[in-house]
Amino acid sequence: MTDWIGLGPDEWSAVKLSLRIAFWATLASLPFGILVALVLARGRFPGRILLDGLVHLPLIMPPVVTGYLLLLSFGAKGPAGVFFADYLGITFSFRWTGAALACAVMGFPLMVRAIRLSLEAVDRKLEAAASTLGASRIWVFATVTLPLALPGILAGMILAFAKAMGEFGATITFVSNIPGETQTLPTAIYTFLQVPGGESAAIRLTVISIAISMAALIGSELLARRLARRMEGA
Amino acid sequence: MLSVDVTRRVGDFTLQAAFETAGRLTALFGASGSGKTTLVNLIAGLVRPDSGRITVDGRTLTDTSSRIVLPASRRRIGYVFQDARLFPHLTVAQNLRYGRFFAPRGERYAEFDTVVELLGIGPLLGRRPERLSGGEKQRVAIGRALLASPRLILMDEPLASLDEARKSEILPYVERLRDEAAIPIVYVSHSVAEVSRLATDVVVMREGEVAAAGPASAILSRLDLLPADEMGEGGAVLDMRVSGHDQVFGVSRLRSAVGEILVPRIAANLGTTIRVRLRARDVMVATEKPVGLSAQNVLAGTLAELEPVTDNLFDARVDCAGEIIVARITKLSAVRLQLELGQRVFVVVKTVSVGPTGSTAAGS
Repeated sequence: MTDWIGLGPDEWSAVKLSLRIAFWATLASLPFGILVALVLARGRFPGRILLDGLVHLPLIMPPVVTGYLLLLSFGAKGPAGVFFADYLGITFSFRWTGAALACAVMGFPLMVRAIRLSLEAVDRKLEAAASTLGASRIWVFATVTLPLALPGILAGMILAFAKAMGEFGATITFVSNIPGETQTLPTAIYTFLQVPGGESAAIRLTVISIAISMAALIGSELLARRLARRMEGA
Repeated sequence: MLSVDVTRRVGDFTLQAAFETAGRLTALFGASGSGKTTLVNLIAGLVRPDSGRITVDGRTLTDTSSRIVLPASRRRIGYVFQDARLFPHLTVAQNLRYGRFFAPRGERYAEFDTVVELLGIGPLLGRRPERLSGGEKQRVAIGRALLASPRLILMDEPLASLDEARKSEILPYVERLRDEAAIPIVYVSHSVAEVSRLATDVVVMREGEVAAAGPASAILSRLDLLPADEMGEGGAVLDMRVSGHDQVFGVSRLRSAVGEILVPRIAANLGTTIRVRLRARDVMVATEKPVGLSAQNVLAGTLAELEPVTDNLFDARVDCAGEIIVARITKLSAVRLQLELGQRVFVVVKTVSVGPTGSTAAGS
């Protein structure tokens, strides 16, 4: 079924794996992204700057360092790794779940930043109006704050997804480069470039990764326009 | 019955206000910066008082001595903001239904269709707030507050950001709300014209304190209570019945205990009650019944009070069958006419304002 673009089985599995990893990395980090963005946008507490710095750390640290820290904490013998394995039955080391975790951590600052900006732009006066109409704080958030911040939340998700599709350093450090399990598009391209005659496969994957990135960007742009049109009233 | 007794300090400004009102429409009236909006926000629960008590019909909303401060969402108090604050991501119909959803099932007295009809917003239901004019937005905002079935509605200068034409578009709806819905309204305004037309009761705010409170006619004739820039607008407020229309001369007759006055023809049915305003600066005083005068409206009464306003101005307060009509006269006139309290006098009214535009009142 993959003959039409001439993908070999290894190449095809790298594409599928990358999409799956990026999808889960984005989805799983979304609730945390919204929560942290909300705390950073609205919270008034000591240590806010510290939290802000912590969230942004993966953006400025060498990805290898992030990957190594993940290995130490979420690896088979790391404290967090042991906890997840024992209580939730999720193992990260050398599994695709680990790749998703690495991608989520790397994309987190981008997601939080986009959501936070849109939350800060929400008119608090509208929230006050909603509360006088009987909406409790949770209802106000669900029916006013969240819908109004939706464009920013979508933008944050697209950014996180794109980052996950291209993540290399932290992933390869944390979960290595195992075909069919942790070999994503970038690590596959890297691998093909290391073997003689692998260039044509590398080029095919490069084209695919460009296509996916473009599709994500155009998709988000169209969505954003539709949202904007809806707000202006049709 | 709304009862308020609160203190709140912000920087140099201290709000310390206590009043009670059972009026259908109570105007919170005063110059900007007198604390009107803060007071309304305290009632709505959007702002916390430093100390105090607020009750509506015996239900305690705020009582700092027993540590009760209900959140805004549990007060059941409608709020119409100056800037409407409609939700931009919802249609007009969805905006209207928003508060209804949160009202307890047994207490939803406001019917969707009735409110839509009352405010004339049927044609707007499918639109987004972005596509509404300022006046339409305010009508929808009033409807949204009403449909939450509140126990009290607060309106914070709902007309302030509208031009004159839009104001006279909204005013009849506020009057209908006051007369047809059985919810008390607290209406913030700095305009004597608006307050004269709408209020049954007035609370005058000055520098964070209640300067006076009482029935509209009693307060509005006390010119000293009005903000300096609006003092010229002050005067008597009378509720009069339409007793006749004269097609030939294009005038309408209005009658009440004080007597009969003529106004330019108004579009109101016979028997309707119309509120008229006699500005003090438009009223003259005569000691004998004047003859050969172009002004048509002359009422008889007794001089009840003569109050110095400045070095050379007096407010003459004339009791006409129980209603007080105020005339602003010069000291010179007062001396020359040898005015004495209890004396029989006539008031000559040069201009009568019917509604804020001085012409038509609600015709529907």
